[in-house]
Amino acid sequence: MFEYLKRNRWSPYVAGICIALLYLLSFFFLGKMLGSTKTFVRLAAALWYFINPQHLQSNAYYMGYLQNSYWINWQFALVIGIFIGSYIASKLYANIKIVDVPSIWKNSFGPNKRVRYLGAFLGGVIILFGARLAGGCTSGHALAGGMQLAVSGWIFMICLFAAGIPTAYIMYNRKGK
Amino acid sequence: MKTLLFAPFKTILSGLFVGIAFGFFLRKSYVTRFDTIVNQMLLKDFTVMKVMLTAIAFGSVGIYTIISFLPNHHLIISPTPLFASALGGGIFGIGMAIMGYCPGTGIGALADGARDMWFGVLGMIAGAALYAELFPWITSHIKSALDNTTITVPSLLGSSSWIIIGLAFLMLILLAVLDRRGNK
Repeated sequence: MFEYLKRNRWSPYVAGICIALLYLLSFFFLGKMLGSTKTFVRLAAALWYFINPQHLQSNAYYMGYLQNSYWINWQFALVIGIFIGSYIASKLYANIKIVDVPSIWKNSFGPNKRVRYLGAFLGGVIILFGARLAGGCTSGHALAGGMQLAVSGWIFMICLFAAGIPTAYIMYNRKGK
Repeated sequence: MKTLLFAPFKTILSGLFVGIAFGFFLRKSYVTRFDTIVNQMLLKDFTVMKVMLTAIAFGSVGIYTIISFLPNHHLIISPTPLFASALGGGIFGIGMAIMGYCPGTGIGALADGARDMWFGVLGMIAGAALYAELFPWITSHIKSALDNTTITVPSLLGSSSWIIIGLAFLMLILLAVLDRRGNK
């Protein structure tokens, strides 16, 4: 048992079943589904709070999140938890290796760190905009919606791959790889 | 406005524990790696789809068992217009191919040594802020013209939930068989 926990990589089916059980426990005992992107709205709101609180108060979107609510809520704690859990999982196997530029990225765009950082930043802007428009992300929409058989979750997942696959082919499909 | 800083201790603690387990499984399934995400998009490695479909198929059995035996449990589907889910999903997919992580797995990637993802986090905060600024325009031009819905596949097709769950398992088995063949 402990040997399995120390392993670097699990079968995707085993990991998938573990994730399903976690969602079910959370649904059954807490009446909650997992998600992560609303936390980034809260972080953006926190920045505005320090830069210009008036701006924050005049924006209906932020107010919808914060009115009669908590800054650090269940999902916020969950996001912090993901960091800790992933760290434990990685550390149980071996020391953590720092990577600045993933190898596939390097093949297409070279080893320059700044270019990759800019790419990650732009990707982040796009991904979160899409998530908020859709009303969820991979965990909140595709997994939570998908397992509840929500049409929205399934449509989200199909469109995610329908757009992601050609994007990846344009960006990363290089000869000799 | 009334906003408190911290949710009750129990809420925070339960969120933290669920998150730790989630992060652990995400890392062990390798979806916290740039290569795993991008190779899925390049159709070279189907780990992401395998993890997702397994979780969805097994999760749906549990969810529909719980709600059919315990009437005080209800589905928790956030109401969104389907067009917004489709458009948002497409934008999300483009971002995911560029960033190489999803929002949740990206947080796991940070703990796994992916230093580029710190810029992904900054980008995601900026993306949330951008959405908040454009929210009035999006509401008046896109979302207001569409109806929010929480419709499920079984109710849309007028079929039993269990038939749809059976189909989800069929897809999973098909994926597993195709994958085994591909590895030979």
